[in-house]
Amino acid sequence: MSNDPIIRIKDLHKSFGPVEVLKGIDMDVAPGQIVALIGPSGSGKSTLLRTINQLEDVTSGEIFFDGALVNRDLPHRQREKHLNRLRQDIGMVFQHFNLFPHLTAIENVTMAPVLLGRQTKTQALAEARALLEKVGLSDRADYYPSRLSGGQKQRVAIARALAMNPKAMLFDEVTSALDPELVGEVNKVMKQLAQEHMTMIIVTHELRFASDVADHVVFMADGVVVEEGPPDALFRAPQHERTKAFLQQVFEG
Amino acid sequence: MGLDFSILAGYEGVLVQGAIWTVGLTVASIVLSLVIGTLMAVFRLSGMRIVRWPVSFVIWLFMGTPLLLQLYLIYFGLVQIGLDLNAFTAGVIALSLHFAVYDADIIRAGIVAVDKGQYEAARSLGLSHAQAMRKSIVPQALYNVAPALGNMMIALLKESSLVSVIGVMELTLSAQRAISDTFRPFEFYLAAAVIYYVLNLVLEQAVKAVERRSAKYR
Ligand SMILES: Nc1ncnc2c1ncn2[C@@H]1O[C@H](COP(=O)(O)OP(=O)(O)OP(=O)(O)O)[C@@H](O)[C@H]1O
Ligand SMILES: [Mg+2]
Repeated sequence: MSNDPIIRIKDLHKSFGPVEVLKGIDMDVAPGQIVALIGPSGSGKSTLLRTINQLEDVTSGEIFFDGALVNRDLPHRQREKHLNRLRQDIGMVFQHFNLFPHLTAIENVTMAPVLLGRQTKTQALAEARALLEKVGLSDRADYYPSRLSGGQKQRVAIARALAMNPKAMLFDEVTSALDPELVGEVNKVMKQLAQEHMTMIIVTHELRFASDVADHVVFMADGVVVEEGPPDALFRAPQHERTKAFLQQVFEG
Repeated sequence: MGLDFSILAGYEGVLVQGAIWTVGLTVASIVLSLVIGTLMAVFRLSGMRIVRWPVSFVIWLFMGTPLLLQLYLIYFGLVQIGLDLNAFTAGVIALSLHFAVYDADIIRAGIVAVDKGQYEAARSLGLSHAQAMRKSIVPQALYNVAPALGNMMIALLKESSLVSVIGVMELTLSAQRAISDTFRPFEFYLAAAVIYYVLNLVLEQAVKAVERRSAKYR
């Protein structure tokens, strides 16, 4: 395993119209590293995550994934091609699952690899069964999403992203839409991925989970990285006032 | 002279033949109007410049003018520029385009109503714009607007009788032929009405079946 970062973000700026929401972000993620991204609401965590696979384009700065410049300046068609290729290697899991409601759980998982020619239908089905088993949903393969609980939906969504065999996974508050009793089953799957050394960036409001699973925590506020470090250091001995205030508020609230 | 439905005997063949042409016109036009309507909706939403003008022209022409005129234009008018279509083909084209523009509006609303997260999820997996539309957005949109599209299909079935004016021997024209033979308009128009009604029922059942399919995932 090389020690070059698999994700490298350099001086990233992003504005929505006149409002700058990312104000010069630098960040490196090493292969196999698990980064927790925390910070108050509106600080730009989702936006940052979504620039990595270019669901959100950037105003200036550079993003590298696996050595390649993600936000290359290309003519529209070539840019689309480049991004389609790149996104296959970056799994993303959303707060509201975004499962395809007209497809069963297993069809959700097999759709992309088959459509994109990664696997034959037979291979994809076998792979999907293995993934559903891994997330504990072997018995739900033929259910439509509407018949699944939130926790089950989110585990299918994780399986769907894993089916493309990505090099890194992005999680955007994947448990915040869940009933509290369903959070654990999703967190467990993420922990398992962490043990398998999947590279992950996890945006979360659950600081306990962050400190459990992450080996690096980044605290963002108002579009900048205020402070970062190993979870122990950041949670036990934050250096900045802003971090202290945030942690205090979260732990009290 | 009272009603005498026994007059229909001997003309079943004519009426059945007419019904078959009506079904043919209707099915071909429904399929084509859905395909064209979907493409128009998708292209208009993607804002593709190359197609914007031709699509706007088609919409203007087929929404703003009567179907009868469109039939004449396509059947008699296009001959002048060297496009000599047979009556059935001209009828299918007119019906398809006429209903495609309405379908396109309905489908467009259906697409816009699909959650944005569906598109993002598809793109995040590496699907292209076209693949995301085809595999995720459009199927959901079509299921969502199936009832409204079903109404259009039933209207199309009924409007297909207009194609009689360019000489397609569909149900209405078949009834008229039988009437000019027998001078019994009431019996034959009533018989045609019953057949239209039955065809409508069948079409309604087909639409319901699609709706049931989509209910599975709701
Ligand atoms: N598409 C958009 N158009 C305009 N403004 C946006 C858009 N998306 C996000 N913003 C703004 O950018 C800022 C950062 O939003 P972002 O969603 O990245 O925050 P966040 O840290 O993920 O917050 P939360 O914890 O609530 O999810 C917010 O002020 C938000 O209103
Ligand atoms: Mg967010």
